[in-house]
Amino acid sequence: MRKVWDLIGGVHPPENKHQSVQESIGTLPLPEKLVIPLNQHIGAPPKLLVSAGDIVLKGQPLAEPKGMVSVGVHAPTSGQISEISDYPIPHPSGMSARCVTLIPDGKDEWIEHKGTDNFRDKTPEELLDIIRSSGISGLGGAGFASAVKLSTRQPISTLIINATECEPYITADDMLMQERPEAIVEGIKILSYILGEPDEILIGIEDNKPQAYEILESYLEGTNIELVEFSTRYPSGGEKQLIQILTGKEVPNGGLPADIGIVCQNVGTTHAIQRAIVHGEPLFSRVTTVTGKACSTNRNYQTLIGTPISHLLEYNGFDQSQCSRLVMGGPMMGLTLENPEIPVIKTTNCILAPTEDELPTPPPAQPCIRCGMCAEACPASLLPQQLFWYAQSQNYERLEAHNLFDCIECGACSYVCPSNIPLVQYYRASKGEIRKLAAEKVNADRARQRFEFQKARKEKEEAAKAAKREARKKAAEQARAKAANTRTSTEVSPAATGATAKSSAADDIIKAAMARAEAKKASPEEQRAKLERGVVRAESHLETVEQRLQDLDSEATDKQREQAQAAIEDARLRLEDAQSKLKAAPEPKPDKAKEVMAKVQASPKEALEKKIATLKDRINVTEEKIAEAEDDALKAALQKGLEKQQEKLRDAEQQLTEAPAESTTAISETEDAAATAIAKAQAKAAAQASMSDEEKLRANVTSLQTRLKKAQERLIVAEEEGSNHIDALRTGVEKLQAKLNSAETELSELS
Amino acid sequence: MFELIAQHPIPAALVALGGLAIIFGAVLGFAAIKFKVEGDPIVEQIDSLLPQTQCGQCGYPGCRPYAEAIANGDTINKCPPGGQTTINAIADLLDVEAPTLDEEHGEESDTRTVAYIREDECIGCTKCIQACPVDAILGAAKQMHTVIVSECTGCDLCLEPCPVDCIDMLPVEKGLADWKWNLPPSAEEQIKALRPGDIIASDQDSGDQAA
Amino acid sequence: MALLKLTSPHAHTAQSTADVMKLVLLATIPGLVALTVFFGWGTIINVFIAAAVALICEASVMGLRKRPVMFYLKDNSALVTAVLLGLALPPLAPWWIPVVGTFFAIVIAKHLYGGLGYNPFNPAMVGYVVLLISFPVQMTAWPAPAPLYPAEIDVPGLWQSLQIVLPFFNEALTGTVSGSIDAYTAATPLDTFKHNTGLLVEQLYKKDPLFNQGSWAGIGWEWANFAFLAGGCFLLYRRVFTWHAPVAMLVSLTLCAALFYDGGSSSSHGSPLLHLLSGGTMLGAFFIVTDPVTSATSNKGRLIYGALIGILIFIIRSWGSYPDAVAFAVLLMNFAAPLIDNYTLPRTYGHKKSRKATEKKDEGP
Ligand code: SF4
Ligand code: SF4
Ligand code: SF4
Repeated sequence: MRKVWDLIGGVHPPENKHQSVQESIGTLPLPEKLVIPLNQHIGAPPKLLVSAGDIVLKGQPLAEPKGMVSVGVHAPTSGQISEISDYPIPHPSGMSARCVTLIPDGKDEWIEHKGTDNFRDKTPEELLDIIRSSGISGLGGAGFASAVKLSTRQPISTLIINATECEPYITADDMLMQERPEAIVEGIKILSYILGEPDEILIGIEDNKPQAYEILESYLEGTNIELVEFSTRYPSGGEKQLIQILTGKEVPNGGLPADIGIVCQNVGTTHAIQRAIVHGEPLFSRVTTVTGKACSTNRNYQTLIGTPISHLLEYNGFDQSQCSRLVMGGPMMGLTLENPEIPVIKTTNCILAPTEDELPTPPPAQPCIRCGMCAEACPASLLPQQLFWYAQSQNYERLEAHNLFDCIECGACSYVCPSNIPLVQYYRASKGEIRKLAAEKVNADRARQRFEFQKARKEKEEAAKAAKREARKKAAEQARAKAANTRTSTEVSPAATGATAKSSAADDIIKAAMARAEAKKASPEEQRAKLERGVVRAESHLETVEQRLQDLDSEATDKQREQAQAAIEDARLRLEDAQSKLKAAPEPKPDKAKEVMAKVQASPKEALEKKIATLKDRINVTEEKIAEAEDDALKAALQKGLEKQQEKLRDAEQQLTEAPAESTTAISETEDAAATAIAKAQAKAAAQASMSDEEKLRANVTSLQTRLKKAQERLIVAEEEGSNHIDALRTGVEKLQAKLNSAETELSELS
Repeated sequence: MFELIAQHPIPAALVALGGLAIIFGAVLGFAAIKFKVEGDPIVEQIDSLLPQTQCGQCGYPGCRPYAEAIANGDTINKCPPGGQTTINAIADLLDVEAPTLDEEHGEESDTRTVAYIREDECIGCTKCIQACPVDAILGAAKQMHTVIVSECTGCDLCLEPCPVDCIDMLPVEKGLADWKWNLPPSAEEQIKALRPGDIIASDQDSGDQAA
Repeated sequence: MALLKLTSPHAHTAQSTADVMKLVLLATIPGLVALTVFFGWGTIINVFIAAAVALICEASVMGLRKRPVMFYLKDNSALVTAVLLGLALPPLAPWWIPVVGTFFAIVIAKHLYGGLGYNPFNPAMVGYVVLLISFPVQMTAWPAPAPLYPAEIDVPGLWQSLQIVLPFFNEALTGTVSGSIDAYTAATPLDTFKHNTGLLVEQLYKKDPLFNQGSWAGIGWEWANFAFLAGGCFLLYRRVFTWHAPVAMLVSLTLCAALFYDGGSSSSHGSPLLHLLSGGTMLGAFFIVTDPVTSATSNKGRLIYGALIGILIFIIRSWGSYPDAVAFAVLLMNFAAPLIDNYTLPRTYGHKKSRKATEKKDEGP
């Protein structure tokens, strides 16, 4: 006899297995429809291969795996796809997910398929391919893709076949072992072959299945497969627990069994693998136990995936009036179904329809008396009472210190708790919350990064602008000296310029808007000077970017990469700036000299052309860099930059073609926009003072009114000009009107 | 020595006290240097608790400025997107009583929203791009704009500048992936949910609560 | 029937908190019987008064806290507190002793801290210590074991005991002032040891009737302790608690006593057997130390918790000014339980070593 280790903790709930082992595995008539959920397992949803109206044959793939940890699904019988829609699936949320609905035609016609006579003729890789394409995922637990589990890189010394079936009521594996031992043993041999013949092959079985034990044992003679029996105790069938019982080893925290050279497969999965390889039959049916006192017959059935549960219940004398809850899976870990139309999926080992007497509704929870029975029962050696305490007070830090994430949600603690506390729900809720918080944290960090990046960029921009303004002021003074008081200047005061550089981001926006507005009003001469400088600046900036890219090339650290990205972003923005200035340049103010205007009109064209040339250069450089870059992340970053540059180029080209045709409205609109922005920013700052609800509403109404007025003005202008935005502007006005109306009524209701 | 002390009890006591004070002072000073907690500066810590929506509802141009303001003594209940959870967390950090959210700055909402641009109505004015604090809007002049949903913090700063009102704040759809269990109801709630008669009946006959 | 939506597990053991409490109550019966046999009806009267007061207090507090009264009364936890306190009080103490003690136990020690499961201190022991400090005379007046009564005095019967306990009742009824309890009191074995100055342990055992009529630790006392031991074993057998805390306490007490036994000299603090079988040792070990709410949480923690209580009991018994020490030792260790918990988390499956409860997270989910 092999030494077995004791399960830590554990409980022994009433087994209730005898009811469903009286009869052999049966088959049911075809249901009227089969609803096959696409995603029945952990991992990415598979790719749909059929569409509504298609005729499919038995065994035909309906969806193929997409990505590594993804599993396909197959048609369980021949028929027509009636729809592909969202349908309630077995999930604790009771939510719906994408399902294929198949109306069987009753012919049960097979697609062409072929098995393998001798699996040793194929390489393990080929066998893994068959397993993958047969849509096989774990039939016992969470439904993890079997091929992934089997294609481990670590050397495997022990293969464990999980035949414990420790949950009460369920007998699907038990009956499978009793009726198809030969197939199971062959399946084990296939697994062993795939895993490179591990030293040890163990079948772990609880001592409450003596028939299965005897039958299986007789088929094991002359093999190196060892059948290990141990005493019945829930949850010995948990993968980690079984490994501990059979080998005394523990799967390291955060690791996989393969890390300690062990692979564990369920008997049901082993059988499915044998069917797939020897008979070429994909996984489209499984053995499911139908049990519980609310059903008059308790029995196992070979059930097609997608069979509505109501169909199973109907054939077993289900009495809805007796049944308090419908459980998919066992009484310890199963999930309740609110809707009997939910389909059977690959992991559905049991449908339990208990009466109220059998599994009474738990009474309201009493306070935890810290009796410690839960800690005695916990197979993971956690302290469920402490976890409960901290879950209640939502102290997530303590929960993690108490290893909440090592809880396997087996329910042993809730089972023994004399106060009837739904402990597992507390743990699930807390785990969900912690995961959610972690995800939010990631998002917040990213938002912070982006925000800070933007701020830095704006500051830089602002500083550059201030410097530019300074230069422009000087130039203007010179020009003024030359032109000898011919006209009045509308410059920005130097004080404002100085202040801008230092002020915070919000102020920046206001000031930038102001500056822009001023710029719009500036003389064409000044604009021309500005434009030229803009071009110069864009060029010099290009150099900087290139320099940085060079740096990046030599030592591509994270920081460098970031810098490079920043530089690209910066270049983009500065160029954008230059663009907008160029666009604004041909301002045809009637009192300005015509020659200046001509110059100005000519210059944007030149500038644009020049810009296009530089952009092209930059794109070339970036492309080279991409070709050279080895790091994926770096490459992606560069690629992004490249795309932006290309876009910029397209833009510039388009602008070039449009440049002379620039209309007056555009300018008046930008000017308007700047003014609006200032007004809004100021209004917002003012609105920070405390406001009552009514005041808020009133403010809202006023702001809406001004917005509406402006929008109407814009619309009128646009109509006069025959602009192509008329429609959009008109709907905008209508919407604003509607908003205003509702705000006004709200206000009148309030006051 | 002993006699000296016995003869001058008061000076001796003073000397002893002084000596003790010096020794303890030295120990404490040493400990303060030796076991100094190298934590993040307080602003960093506060900033890491703020939701980073960057919406400005707190009256500061972004979360970090608000974090700085808190570090300089501003009240901690001005951030509606963070809501009570954030207030509690900051109160915990600063070891102060947690106030409730200051309604002046807005109300807490349970549903996260993100901005969507109705793209066929967008006129490509780039105003929303300028308003977005986290660069979550993609677009170029006269081109259709769109929001990168995964980056949008839902601050709704882009709504106002849009001249054609084509931006909506839509609640983020909850899928199977975000679903999670709720904490179970408390015993009191459970009892209230039952009819009061049930409890009394089961008091007398605790074996049968089947009803 | 509408289909329910519930979290797994769907099956539960039939045992409820009320059942657990009932088991505890059941397990006190041997002790109660032994105390009654040796010390008269006093203990039973104590228990009844305490139980009645406990139920009234519990119900009114729950009413005041606007909680469903019957739901909480049903858990029997108040009864357990009351019974344990009643057992610990000296028999034939005046009626207001159990009343005040129970009031303190239930209202102050239990509900002011948040009710069942939230109280950091064992309510029965809080009640006991409050009484001991406030009313030392009444609290140290133990009647003599029945076999040691002087020939001229009868062991008080139920009626007589009631008269002693409820003097006003007696006065109203008969107009006479009832006899004082003083007539019946005698030193307990621990008192005897404390006040022993000149005699070797052997001589003391020969001379004092308390010991020469008993076998190990004083007549009456040893049997009461054996009875509580039996009750405790029953609870252990029914897995109401784990063996860790009581065994650790008894072992550490035995070791301490053996260490300081001093070969039975006149300054000896008594043999290990004396310490195990006298005073409240067994009541404490199996009914007080095992109180799950206020003890340490993990098994490792409970070993430490129990052992420290054992040591404290010996220290206070030997060198403190109170004759018995279980209550003080337990309350002191109640203080320390959260600290013990912090350092005694069990090693979780798959982890190399156990963590600390206050540890900051070092690994993500
Ligand atoms: S079993 Fe229940 S009552 Fe006992 S300690 Fe655990 S959670 Fe608390
Ligand atoms: S559900 Fe979690 S805490 Fe409870 S017994 Fe199972 S593993 Fe332990
Ligand atoms: S109100 Fe907005 S900007 Fe202010 S801290 Fe909160 S999320 Fe950040």
